[in-house]
Amino acid sequence: MEAAWVALSLTLKVAGLATALNLVLGVAVGHAMAHRRFPGRDLLDALLTLPMVMPPTVLGYYLLVLIGSRGPLGAWLLEHFGVRLIFTWQAAVIAAAVVSFPLVFKAARAAFETVEPQLEDAARTLGIGEWALFCRVSLPLAWRGILAGLLLSFARAMGEFGATLMVAGSIAGKTQTLSIAVYEAVQAGQDDTANFLVAVTSIVCIAVLLGAGRLLPGRVAARA
Amino acid sequence: MPAAVWDVMLRKQLRHGAARFHIDVRFSSGARRVVLHGPSGSGKTQTLRLIAGIDRADEARVAVSGRVLCDSARRIALSPQQRRLGCVFQDYALFPHLSVRQNIAFATQRGWFNPPRRAAQEQVDRWIESFHLEAVAAHYPHQLSGGQRQRTALARALVAEPTALLLDEPFAALDKPLRERLRAELLALQTALDLPMLLITHDEDDVRALAQQVITLDAGRVVTPASVPAHQAA
Repeated sequence: MEAAWVALSLTLKVAGLATALNLVLGVAVGHAMAHRRFPGRDLLDALLTLPMVMPPTVLGYYLLVLIGSRGPLGAWLLEHFGVRLIFTWQAAVIAAAVVSFPLVFKAARAAFETVEPQLEDAARTLGIGEWALFCRVSLPLAWRGILAGLLLSFARAMGEFGATLMVAGSIAGKTQTLSIAVYEAVQAGQDDTANFLVAVTSIVCIAVLLGAGRLLPGRVAARA
Repeated sequence: MPAAVWDVMLRKQLRHGAARFHIDVRFSSGARRVVLHGPSGSGKTQTLRLIAGIDRADEARVAVSGRVLCDSARRIALSPQQRRLGCVFQDYALFPHLSVRQNIAFATQRGWFNPPRRAAQEQVDRWIESFHLEAVAAHYPHQLSGGQRQRTALARALVAEPTALLLDEPFAALDKPLRERLRAELLALQTALDLPMLLITHDEDDVRALAQQVITLDAGRVVTPASVPAHQAA
């Protein structure tokens, strides 16, 4: 059972950091895509959504090619910082972040698009600068939609298997997350461990979905 | 002849798919209360947005009371933040997540945070009082009546100490008796503050009640002579 708690805490750490990464990137990209018009916007949107529909193993392969020791980014990191990303828990964070990014990005974009542009115009004529109006008008009005996206992204990152296995492997106590530990336990015929891990994962996922359900747009309408 | 209060020249080509619309508005006026009048689709709101600097014109020269806000010939174009024009939008554009007091106090805080829910600020309190909004100061915009919304929007614009007021159909969302009362209120306010005011409307009654000078727009162009004798501008 000891190993299960290690796997759980590792999973929460990986999913938490991946979600934090997506909070920054997803909100920034979602806001830009909601407000700027430029050629190739639809193509970029499709590319950014791709991780949601592509098989995780394919995504994992792309990541391997990119951050592996001989990949362009991996080689650069190794040469300049002596950092080897592959088969570390940090690689698991990257894999989880990439896979769950579209959930935050899509939610953020949709949430920012529901903010009446005239409110931002009004703030401008009142002398409020662009960053301040983002913090004071756009973000507070889009916040619930973004939060719902973040919770879904956290749940998705927790359950991530394919891409994580490809880039972080399955090193017990180091990169073995819950979903991978379940697979290993079943393979090894350890039914008790598997049952326990499955129960823990299910409870955490249900809690997250309940949280997300409370934040869906239907609830916001009552306030608007 | 006194300097013009309003000196406006705007040109902009708008495209909506295949449809094109050309804004070409020029007027100069010594009147402090100008009403821009015209049917819907005549480019009134677009003209107001260009004057406020929310949208960029292809070519523009706008000066209010001698203060140049933009002049494409001299490559001057102040941002909407720098123009210091108080805008009242057609549906008032009140911030739905902020109380009446916070809406009115919005421009008093320049930083990254909204004004706190209960902060006593002298100038905010003064406007809340003079617009009779004390009872609803803690309410949110969706809880207000049409008249209260309009007063909140006006107070919010005035707290920023604008150099002029721009109003987009400020009475369109109200019923008729209320409209008449609020017209009188606005007139009294403008007279008391002596603030240049540009109001756009499609309603003849607004024109009669408020205009020192009327400028009629049709299809993006001014259709009445735009200058006013100096004695009328007093």
